[in-house]
Amino acid sequence: MADVVVQQGTVARTATRRRSGLQKALKRKSTAAFLMTLPLILLIACLVLYPALYSVHLATLNKSMARFVGFGNFEFLFKRDTFWLVVRQSCIFAISAVILKALIGFIVAHFVHNVPANKQRKWRGMLLVPWVIPPAMSTLAWLWLFDPSYSAFNYTLSFFGIGPIPWTGDAMWARFSVILVNVWYGAPFFMIMYLAALKSVPEQLYEAAAIDGANWWQRIWYVTLPMMRNIIAITTLFSLIVTFANFDIVRILTAGGPLDHTHIFATWAFRVGIEGSDIPLGASVSLFMVPILAVAAVFILRDVNKRGNEA
Amino acid sequence: MSRKKLSRRQFVTATALSSAALITAPYVRGAYAAGKLSMGFWDHWVPNANNASTQLVNEWAAKEKVEVQIDYITSQGNKNLLTIAAEAQAKSGHDIFSMPTWWCHANSEQMESVNDIMGPIIAENGEVNGTVKYLGMADGKWMGVPACVGSQIKGPCTRIDLMKKHAGIDVQEMYPAGSQPKADNWTLDTFLKAAEACHKGGVPFGIGLGETTDSVDTCGAIFQSFGASLVDAKGNLTVKTDAVRQALDYYKKLISFLPPDVAAWDDASNNKWLVAGKGAMIMNPPSAWAVAKRDAPQVAEQCWTHGFPAGPKGRFAPFLPYFWSIWSFSKNKEAAKSLLVHLSKPASIEKMVVASGGYDLPAFEKLTTLKVWQEEGPPKGTLYHYPNPYNHQTLSIATSPAPPKVAQQIYAQATLTKMCLRYHQGEAMEKTLAWAEGECEGFMRT
Repeated sequence: MADVVVQQGTVARTATRRRSGLQKALKRKSTAAFLMTLPLILLIACLVLYPALYSVHLATLNKSMARFVGFGNFEFLFKRDTFWLVVRQSCIFAISAVILKALIGFIVAHFVHNVPANKQRKWRGMLLVPWVIPPAMSTLAWLWLFDPSYSAFNYTLSFFGIGPIPWTGDAMWARFSVILVNVWYGAPFFMIMYLAALKSVPEQLYEAAAIDGANWWQRIWYVTLPMMRNIIAITTLFSLIVTFANFDIVRILTAGGPLDHTHIFATWAFRVGIEGSDIPLGASVSLFMVPILAVAAVFILRDVNKRGNEA
Repeated sequence: MSRKKLSRRQFVTATALSSAALITAPYVRGAYAAGKLSMGFWDHWVPNANNASTQLVNEWAAKEKVEVQIDYITSQGNKNLLTIAAEAQAKSGHDIFSMPTWWCHANSEQMESVNDIMGPIIAENGEVNGTVKYLGMADGKWMGVPACVGSQIKGPCTRIDLMKKHAGIDVQEMYPAGSQPKADNWTLDTFLKAAEACHKGGVPFGIGLGETTDSVDTCGAIFQSFGASLVDAKGNLTVKTDAVRQALDYYKKLISFLPPDVAAWDDASNNKWLVAGKGAMIMNPPSAWAVAKRDAPQVAEQCWTHGFPAGPKGRFAPFLPYFWSIWSFSKNKEAAKSLLVHLSKPASIEKMVVASGGYDLPAFEKLTTLKVWQEEGPPKGTLYHYPNPYNHQTLSIATSPAPPKVAQQIYAQATLTKMCLRYHQGEAMEKTLAWAEGECEGFMRT
């Protein structure tokens, strides 16, 4: 009888301990945070993770999707001249567009920062317009401006005896046009991020630099840029990923032409996969971006972490 | 109180009757007794043309007691192609889908055979042309019923006045409304001379050299007129042949008489060229003429749609058919076939062609002389020769006769127009051919 009482007491204690353990876990901030983000995690798993893994699966199949070919599609791509043309163009497109967006964003952010506070809102609003218009719509407007036969730009230039310029008909001009539209669309994002970063630089640092006799350039180089480094790194990474994966601007403006000279990964993947009904090869083309972007992300984020720890 | 005793015989009879009633109950013809059917139809660009299809489907649904759902899916931005790819991957979606040109072959493993209904349809409507067989049949299996909705010939649409003025050619005399074409002299040489004359006159032909279908289709027809193909029907490479060299040389000459920006043209550019009154000819179905009728009537009344010029190996015109196909995962295949038979009746076809203003083309030989093409205008008879009523040209598709899955790659990548452009831009002939051969080798992967 006494044994039974003792055993019952042990069971009751174990159950209480378990309950309190669960209560403790639920009370823990990290558990609560995890549970609250769980719906979003599940949503991302369904809408991002599953399609990503599915495209990896597709990339390992043959054209009729009946046979596993491992890295066969990639081996095939590496032998195609057009593929390397697309790789080169994607790099040219993404790198030059990101550099220009960063540069223009940085300069414009400084201008806006120096505008009196009561007028800043108006300027910020106006400068953000390109970024808030859906790119498919704004690119259509650009398409009309660049139209091969009825370009508004060429019409205007004709008054000065210039042109007509083959905006989308010549390889170099077509590349210029798609980069220009991407810069026009993306620079406001850089501008607003840099403006926020500029506002967080303590004024005392500039005062100290001025007392030390620093000129304009030295203030930028030794105060502004170091204070903005993390924002610049994160913004560049984010923009690099988005620009590499761009589809709409090139698709609408040139559809990859002339002679494939403006194709980037996404547009060529669409051409091969959807228009050419070779979905595994299309998936392989689009997945080729992953290692490039992963390497960039590792380097940039490692740098940001390092600087974060230093701080 | 009397108690009635149930005999064994009565029990068996009652049980049999109840079972029969229970089994047959679902087949009693209620409002939607024959189940559901969904279809993804091509969204017609002609306003209200979809109404004819809707009416025909509803008429059939009411008679057959089937619940129907029609989705009109646009080809703008290739939305229909994306839907096809998605449904093929998911093995779920519509029962019937409007498949453009190559997409029956691209999904051949998932297409339900319609051989059983194609026999009677052909017996009633007449034989189909070779291109329809090439695109709609695989190993003796019909993968879809040729749909008139969306099917088109991309022949020349010529400005009567400008052609007469600059090239001295009377297209109405060459292709008179109501009678046989007198087009023996309408050859590629005449075409080139006319292109030169119109270019000199400031109204060049609007033929694109971009990577969209209009450019590829014209290029394909001209290549075929020289007997030039990049891959033959057996899948052998035939790039480095005299026929291909002749076609390239011809195109090089032609490009110099075209507008300078044709490399950047898309499928809308040639339409705008004609409607704006800037050119004497484009290669297009009558959609450009229809837009002109609305936006530039003075241009529309000078337009005449007619046959292609003939080359050394014959007279070829680009024909792009649509097919109504049934997915193999459809749950109501018999109802789907019944609907397709209804839509393929001559009266149904005529109704749809009329609703499209003559744009849609039936693929059947007995249905190329409908009244609508005789009467559409202005000018009256402008569409008379659009459906190829006298079979004086071979209806074909660019990049055929290559095996369809290879041909689709050549077509989608616009290899033909790229070859012409590269050669025109100064690349050596043999280098262009070597590039094209490399591309085609890649397209052969399985």
